[in-house]
Amino acid sequence: MKKRLVVAGYGMVAQRFLEAMRERDTDADWSVTVLAEEARHAYDRVRLTSWFEGEELDLGGPPAGVRVLLGTPAVTVDRRNRTVNGDIPYDALVLATGSRPFVPPIEGASAPGVFVYRTIEDLQAIREWAAGKKVGAVLGGGLLGLEAANALKGMGLATHVVEFAPRLMPMQVDEGGGAVLRRHIEALGVTVHTGRSCASLEAGLRMHFADGGSLEVDVVVIAAGIRPRDELVEVGRGPRGGYLVDEMCTTEDEAIWAIGECAALQGVCYGLVAPGYAMAEVVADRLTGGQAVMAPPDTSTKLKLLGVDVASFGTPQGEGLDVVVTDQITGVYAKLLLTDDAQTLLGGILVGDASSYPTLRACVGGPLPGPPLSVLSGQAVTPLKGEAQVCSCHAVSKADITSAIAGGCTDVPGLKACTKAGTGCGSCVPLLKQLLAEGGVKLSKALCEHFTYSRQELFDIIGVRGITSFSALIGEFGTGRGCDICKPAVASILASMGNGYILDGEQAALQDTNDHFLANIQRDGTYSVVPRIPGGEITPEKLIVVGEVARDFGLYTKITGGQRIDLFGARVEQLPLIWRRLVDAGFESGHAYGKALRTVKSCVGSTWCRYGVQDSVGLAVELELRYRGLRAPHKIKSAVSGCARECAEARSKDFGVIATENGWNLYIGGNGGFRPRHADLFLTDASTELLVQTIDRFLMYYIRTADRLQRTASWIEAMEGGLDHLREVIIDDSLGLCAELDAMMTRHVASYADEWRATLDDPKRLARFVSFVNAPDTPDPDISFGTERGQKVPS
Amino acid sequence: MRWNDICPIEILQPERGVAALVDGLQVAIFRTWDGTLYAIANRDPIAKAQVMSRGIVGTRGGAPTVASPLHKQVYDLRTGECLDVPGIRIPTYPVRCAEGQVQVAVTT
Repeated sequence: MKKRLVVAGYGMVAQRFLEAMRERDTDADWSVTVLAEEARHAYDRVRLTSWFEGEELDLGGPPAGVRVLLGTPAVTVDRRNRTVNGDIPYDALVLATGSRPFVPPIEGASAPGVFVYRTIEDLQAIREWAAGKKVGAVLGGGLLGLEAANALKGMGLATHVVEFAPRLMPMQVDEGGGAVLRRHIEALGVTVHTGRSCASLEAGLRMHFADGGSLEVDVVVIAAGIRPRDELVEVGRGPRGGYLVDEMCTTEDEAIWAIGECAALQGVCYGLVAPGYAMAEVVADRLTGGQAVMAPPDTSTKLKLLGVDVASFGTPQGEGLDVVVTDQITGVYAKLLLTDDAQTLLGGILVGDASSYPTLRACVGGPLPGPPLSVLSGQAVTPLKGEAQVCSCHAVSKADITSAIAGGCTDVPGLKACTKAGTGCGSCVPLLKQLLAEGGVKLSKALCEHFTYSRQELFDIIGVRGITSFSALIGEFGTGRGCDICKPAVASILASMGNGYILDGEQAALQDTNDHFLANIQRDGTYSVVPRIPGGEITPEKLIVVGEVARDFGLYTKITGGQRIDLFGARVEQLPLIWRRLVDAGFESGHAYGKALRTVKSCVGSTWCRYGVQDSVGLAVELELRYRGLRAPHKIKSAVSGCARECAEARSKDFGVIATENGWNLYIGGNGGFRPRHADLFLTDASTELLVQTIDRFLMYYIRTADRLQRTASWIEAMEGGLDHLREVIIDDSLGLCAELDAMMTRHVASYADEWRATLDDPKRLARFVSFVNAPDTPDPDISFGTERGQKVPS
Repeated sequence: MRWNDICPIEILQPERGVAALVDGLQVAIFRTWDGTLYAIANRDPIAKAQVMSRGIVGTRGGAPTVASPLHKQVYDLRTGECLDVPGIRIPTYPVRCAEGQVQVAVTT
């Protein structure tokens, strides 16, 4: 017989709990009954205010099979017979009764025109009453109070906020933050009374302050805090109310659990939804045989209140060293609290500009990603000083570049000719562009002299017009016959759009030598070979094949940073012979030569590691196989770590995944290389399905819109609106692009074929692999080797 | 001047190069989009490797060009002059198509 689960209360946390049960209770061991006080399904109370703007707050209703009794609150619990309301039996009872608004003992608090702010019914009542009225006041200047003030203001009322504490949002921000917040809110026309309390409300309606003044108002909304609803069951309570629960969220009665605002987790009630969600997950896990326990709740919050960004994270107040920035001109306040040795971020507060919140929140408990002030200004990377080396190939400093710009250089080729910067490895070219922009030079978007369009515009032209060849494109939209800039860029776009084998027909002439020979050219004109080793996982048999091939062809052998093996010193005519052996042993191209997905590195994960919480190798292999061969504006690297210890270094990748107890965290926009950047947190506790869908869209949006040779890091940095914008596009689908991005990736996955196998299978494609067209069996006589540490190297 | 047969013209793909060994000299031969043939030394004078035949062919202004596959300096196929680094030049050789055969002459 099925076990019976009763949930008392149907708010956001209960909804999350039901969803977590559906995910975990795969054998349907539990039959679930929900007793809901309100006559509607759970809705998004956090966004309550947007109900006034006509927004849908519905959370999707209960999962299939769950019995919900609307308008039927739990009123009695018989612990001995394990029943609720007399006739609903339970084996487990989950209390999710939430909290009620706290109404201070003020005379006149029940007068007509005085409301609380908790349910959709409250809002309906406020709207009906306030129609045609002029003045509204909110008691309470915390989070909820400011939300209510926003609502009153939205209804056209002259709005007052009355807060007993000396500042607004006393729970979240400190004095400095409160002052900046106050200025923002006053600028919106809201009158703020801090350090004042309401003594009584006179019917009619007049608010009398404790300090003597009074205010004539039409509407009063009380938003003075919340209190847990803990009257249903007689079990132990926390010191300030709430059902006392342990780290497993069990009350003193082992059949009764409590989650959300009605629970006093180890004595403390949390009025935020995130800790409630975490509790819901823990109980669902426990009820389905798991061993989850509550981690210390994350009380970080980021909100937009009356259009003002407010964020608080970690422990922003207490012992330690602080960094405080108050910019009264732009109305920005920021505070960071670090340990006494300045090595560890404890917490912080941001008001007015919370763009660095994701980075900072992710840094809590670790070091800052740069000097505090530059981190706060949104630049996690130290800004360059004049003596800083911009081009390390030619030892060119920032001062050299800025003086060249002052001397009349107006573009990147000019800077290259004048300073030699960017003529080596080329990795400083984006920085040159940035310095030109900083120097006031307006850069043309033109890809090169042959196209006045940017890469993104060309991508759209090719897509919309269905162009499949370079000749057609340049004939209609360009001039001349192209160059080493536009040809590979167009080749990459054509490949991203799924135009088949990259070396057929005219496309062959567009490819850089690496793509042309499907190998990486080295300084002596030989090539290196990198077979794909998905996730870095390889059988001994395959490893032996790689060793044998390297030995038989005399190749210098090195393990790469991406958990693969690079074989150096192959002449062009050897490449097909080497690959015949590798393909026969089951290897395929690793695309080390392409602007394409390289590797998805992994740690060994939960399969072996005593700390691992997820199968990181399995996910890495899945991701690498999904995205292999995907051509992009630049190379793409990835990694998956099986736990927060992050042994795979996922945060230095274009997209990195770190396992959590509940799923996966996704980080995007990291890279090592010339300008290291840590990736930004983008998804938390995501399911594999959501993770993969989000990466699909991220990659395709990047491929569609980035500049040539722009890594994801600088793409995001240059994006107007940054991560928030990206989130809107690929999660909220603000541009209506998601279906198309999904379809592009589906097409890529379906059409993938190994380039080396396709080359070996076709004698015509093999014809190019000769050193000399008139002497196919003669190797290049100028290539010679010496020996270093027992291996062959160029001499 | 002696013409050396290299290969049938149809081997040369438009806008790509091939390398040939002519009297011990390495020559890079290119066929541009309009069918014109160019021959220059295969040796990249800056990187000092025999790689020029593997560069990308295109145009700069009106000049037919090839870019070094190693460090991307661009050369005028007609004169061998480097358009990015003043004073650098690649030797050029006479090249033609005769009776379907690509022919190069090198003076040794």
